[in-house]
Amino acid sequence: MATIRLAVNGRSYTVDADPQTSLLAVLREHLDLTGSKYGCGEGLCGACTVLVEGKAQQSCVTSVGSIGQKQVTTIEGIASSFGPGEERLHPVQEAFLEAGAMQCGYCTSGMIMSAVALLRKNAQPSQAEIVDFMDGNVCRCGTYPRIVSAIEKAAKVMTASGAGKGAGR
Amino acid sequence: MSGKNPGNGDFSSRGQAVELRSTGRTNASVPTCSAAVPTYSLEPERYELAAAAPYRFDLDRREFFKFLGAGVLVVSILTPAVAAQESGRTRRRGGDESLPKEIDAWLHIGESGQVTVYTGKVEVGQNIRTSLTQAVAEELKVPMEKIELVMGDTQLVPFDMGTFGSRTTPTMNPQLRRVAAAARDTLIGLAAAAWKTDVKHLVADDGKVIDQQSNRFLEYAALTKGQQLTRTLPAEDPLIPATNWKVAGQSALKVNGRDFVTGKHRYPSDQKLPDMLYGKVLRPPAFGATLVSLDTQKAEQLGATVVHDGNFVGVAAASSVAADAAIGAIHAEWKSEPQPSSKELFEYLKKNPAEGSDPTGDGDRFDLGAVDQALAAADLKLQQTYTLPYIAHVPLETRAALAKWEGDNLTVWTGTQRPFGVRGQLAEAFRIPEEKVRVLMPDTGSGYGGKHTGETAIEAARLARAAKRPVKVEWTREEEFTWAYFRPAGVMELTSGVRNDGTITAWEHHNYNSGSAGIRTYYEIPNQRIVFHETQSPLRQGSYRALAATANHFARESHMDELAHAVKMDPLEFRLKNLKDERLRAVFEAAAKQFGWGKSKSEPGQGFGMGGGHEKLGYIATFAEVKVDRKSGDVKVVRVVSAFECGAIVNPDGLRNQVSGSNVQGLGGALFEAIVFENGKILNGRLSEYRVPRFSDVPVLETVLLDRKDLPSVGAGECPLIGLAPAIANAIFDATGMRLRSLPLIPDGLKMS
Repeated sequence: MATIRLAVNGRSYTVDADPQTSLLAVLREHLDLTGSKYGCGEGLCGACTVLVEGKAQQSCVTSVGSIGQKQVTTIEGIASSFGPGEERLHPVQEAFLEAGAMQCGYCTSGMIMSAVALLRKNAQPSQAEIVDFMDGNVCRCGTYPRIVSAIEKAAKVMTASGAGKGAGR
Repeated sequence: MSGKNPGNGDFSSRGQAVELRSTGRTNASVPTCSAAVPTYSLEPERYELAAAAPYRFDLDRREFFKFLGAGVLVVSILTPAVAAQESGRTRRRGGDESLPKEIDAWLHIGESGQVTVYTGKVEVGQNIRTSLTQAVAEELKVPMEKIELVMGDTQLVPFDMGTFGSRTTPTMNPQLRRVAAAARDTLIGLAAAAWKTDVKHLVADDGKVIDQQSNRFLEYAALTKGQQLTRTLPAEDPLIPATNWKVAGQSALKVNGRDFVTGKHRYPSDQKLPDMLYGKVLRPPAFGATLVSLDTQKAEQLGATVVHDGNFVGVAAASSVAADAAIGAIHAEWKSEPQPSSKELFEYLKKNPAEGSDPTGDGDRFDLGAVDQALAAADLKLQQTYTLPYIAHVPLETRAALAKWEGDNLTVWTGTQRPFGVRGQLAEAFRIPEEKVRVLMPDTGSGYGGKHTGETAIEAARLARAAKRPVKVEWTREEEFTWAYFRPAGVMELTSGVRNDGTITAWEHHNYNSGSAGIRTYYEIPNQRIVFHETQSPLRQGSYRALAATANHFARESHMDELAHAVKMDPLEFRLKNLKDERLRAVFEAAAKQFGWGKSKSEPGQGFGMGGGHEKLGYIATFAEVKVDRKSGDVKVVRVVSAFECGAIVNPDGLRNQVSGSNVQGLGGALFEAIVFENGKILNGRLSEYRVPRFSDVPVLETVLLDRKDLPSVGAGECPLIGLAPAIANAIFDATGMRLRSLPLIPDGLKMS
């Protein structure tokens, strides 16, 4: 057991945990940030995807001890907040909502986080680049075509508003 | 078997078969509810793992208002005859022998005008929270935002068998519409009384009752203020016909979609209570293993609560890591018996009829005409065997439950398609009356037929009782792959006779183990022998989206293709020549048109194929284009066109999601999914070893929806799946001349000989 300091969604936390504990377990159990999901425990389904320093990472196969002071962003941290109950969704969240790019929604957090990471790296990805980047995220309800459309839509919106750079710490 | 509605196998069923039209209670209290829907029984959930034992939590009317607040309440009431039957059931379980109280609450309009609707159906991604909200909004004439659905909370909602068999849209949708219509008429009646005018001058719209003569209006909230009024079903009000729908029939986004894109929604696995512990169960090394010796001392020294109860060994600890550590510290020896393996699966199924079953299948068969004579007289005869393996549902959210005891009252939050069924399982497991058990079902991370049972609910409850604190159990992916249940494997033997002109004269179809859903042929054939053979199953098996209709359509529609080639006819022309069912012809023709059937191939390795049928009251035709790399054997499904008809469409956007999702999920079973097992162990029970469809597997998907506003709305979660596997197999044959008769078709690519 160790005392570990974490920076998540722009806030700092201190947790008592074994450094080998997965980041996912710490997020969910210690910080009650349950938007990141367990799906496979092998880093192969993407349901647990978070951003670490802006890059997509599978939190189920990331030990909390390896994070150090790196900035972690979860699904709970990408909408802009304007005070209690007042938030503006990230363009990727907005696009998923508008495209109906979910059925049961369990994969949605991870899909959105991967998409945010993709658009940070590549503001105007082609369809093939989206498919390639997102292939580590599984949707068992089979909503893939709509997710691709939603990401394309978000890319357009973000490019038009110049919002790409700042999104996702 | 009735001749009126063939195809859905209303076989008399043995064993634990459950009649899906079910409780009788709902039917009796709302006789008009299902009147518009054909009353044939569907494929029973043959492999249901526990029969429901319906009790209900009862409240009298006054208690309802105490609980819900003042307003208008729509309830249904049992007739005495049905109530007596119910009490018989109650007695069977040895519980409370008094007559059940007779009221079920369906809809409440509070003093603020907020509408709360109660249904036992649950949301697992099929989007019924949205489509049912649309239905209520339509009849009650209130904006969708004013409506909240309470789903699958056994303490609050009327009894329901469960969410399966594509029954929500054909039964719960009209039920809630009727309830909403009754509420609307009650409000109109209240306004008429207030204004001392005749109801015929009044209409309801946008949460108000409006007097058309004077243009005065009253908000629903004003009408319900201070009221404690109940309205009883059955109501005689006619429902609004689909042609006049304003809210239903239009695309609606997921009602609580924002909670899903922000991560706020709490799935069963996200539930949390103060002082909650994390539970974990020790798993045997093989199915059916028994515990020989156990040492839990080290686990206890780690501070975990350890439970040993028969073959159940589990722990509860302050974190999931601590629970894992405690399980790892337990030393156990198990004894297991040799068991069949997947290598010999199909032979096993053929050789091992279920105990007590009739090997001739006499209990589960359909005969028409004289098959043997017709086969002998046929110009051409064809006999082929088709197989499919066990596959796993792989719901992205694994099974999870949080259990809490207060005295001997048990509350469990869990993801299940049968909250009342799980309540029964819990009552059974803990030998307590069902009244003491409450099951709540937060919208769950999918099911696909795989979450009918309450394993984690029982495990969490057992651990919570010992720990005297709430306990949550979340299965790992490996546990989900191993200790849930599988889509049944099966062997299908088909024999047919055909005339040279393409008229099918004889049809024989045997299905071993996988089930009788969709086993009946919809082609016009005068001589038929169709038999389901119940067998022993090496693995625990249960419902899977579309049940055996996937297996039986794969066999039948592949066989149809083989016959078409044998008589040198175009596969579409051959089907239509033998098909009278207008609804099925319509989807085949619509899909063919969209697909461009008949066009010539534009590149080498290209192949076209089709499959279709009807199931769960819906009609589907699926056309596929594949591209086969003749050198490497790689097969790519390039394009899939589906034409689907399910009566009057409630939510076109949601429906498209279901149809295209069925095709994506169906790709896995068609192309590469199979469970490998040996000696009571699953050998590929992880995502790294079991391939599911991903972004890169998805073809161009085109969906044609036929909106039949003149027909009742039916479900769409299952039927669209069934045409895909044969369409792909037939397309591979078209591309290569190779006939693949076993699913999955190409687990390792096509072996070019």
